Amino acid sequence: MNLRRDVFQAIADPSRRAILLLVASQSMTAGAIASNFDTARPTVSKHLQILTECELLKQEQNGREMYYHINAKKMKKVADFIEPFRNMWEDRFNKLESIMKTKIHEHLHKKK
Amino acid sequence: MERKTIIHAEDGKQELLITREFDLPLELLFRAYVEPEIVEQWMNTKVLKLENKKQGGYQFETTDPKGNKHAFSGTIHEFSPNKKITRTFEMENTPFPVQLEFLEFEKLSDNTSKLTMHVVYKSVATRDQLLQLPFAQGINMAHNRIQEIATNLK
Repeated sequence: MNLRRDVFQAIADPSRRAILLLVASQSMTAGAIASNFDTARPTVSKHLQILTECELLKQEQNGREMYYHINAKKMKKVADFIEPFRNMWEDRFNKLESIMKTKIHEHLHKKK
Repeated sequence: MERKTIIHAEDGKQELLITREFDLPLELLFRAYVEPEIVEQWMNTKVLKLENKKQGGYQFETTDPKGNKHAFSGTIHEFSPNKKITRTFEMENTPFPVQLEFLEFEKLSDNTSKLTMHVVYKSVATRDQLLQLPFAQGINMAHNRIQEIATNLK
């Protein structure tokens, strides 16, 4: 899975959205973030990894600690936001196909 | 064979390509674009007008979950049954300028066909803004959801 492109997938997860909300108010260390959730630390770390890989979060060293903060960089690359657009068309085309499939029988009948 | 929608959009260009293969004979795929009752179903819109011919006009109206009506309209420039539809497409009452759509329908086999939509926008910025709309809606929904969660936590 190419995480770089799956920003939308990243924010579709409720835990990751909650992390984003938390970090939005102030930058935090992984430990501080994890202490806000009932989830196991490795799971939180995995979420942080995904959010960092798709650049929604950025890491910055401050003294001995690594702090996470929201990446305010505007998304300029098409690949970052195209997935929902594609999904919108996919839904429509899937519907088109299923509607017209019900007409295949009568269509074949007509041709004969 | 996996049938899925492919979007080809390069950075810095004011056009995009949408392609999709269907498990449908060509004639049925084409019918889905020209019969108003069918268009209404898969586009989830009301067809106010659909004149399938050169210089024909069309008008759709979609009602959103809040009850607001959105109108879409355009003119047909080319209409070639089971082959091509070329038309303009405009979202009325929005800052988005009209766009040009070239739809091509191809037979792949007796039971499969392909649609290629080549859409051209007035500018790169317009295209990118429009492409981002579904994404922005997703973020908005996510933000609203976060607000909800945050409010409920208080």
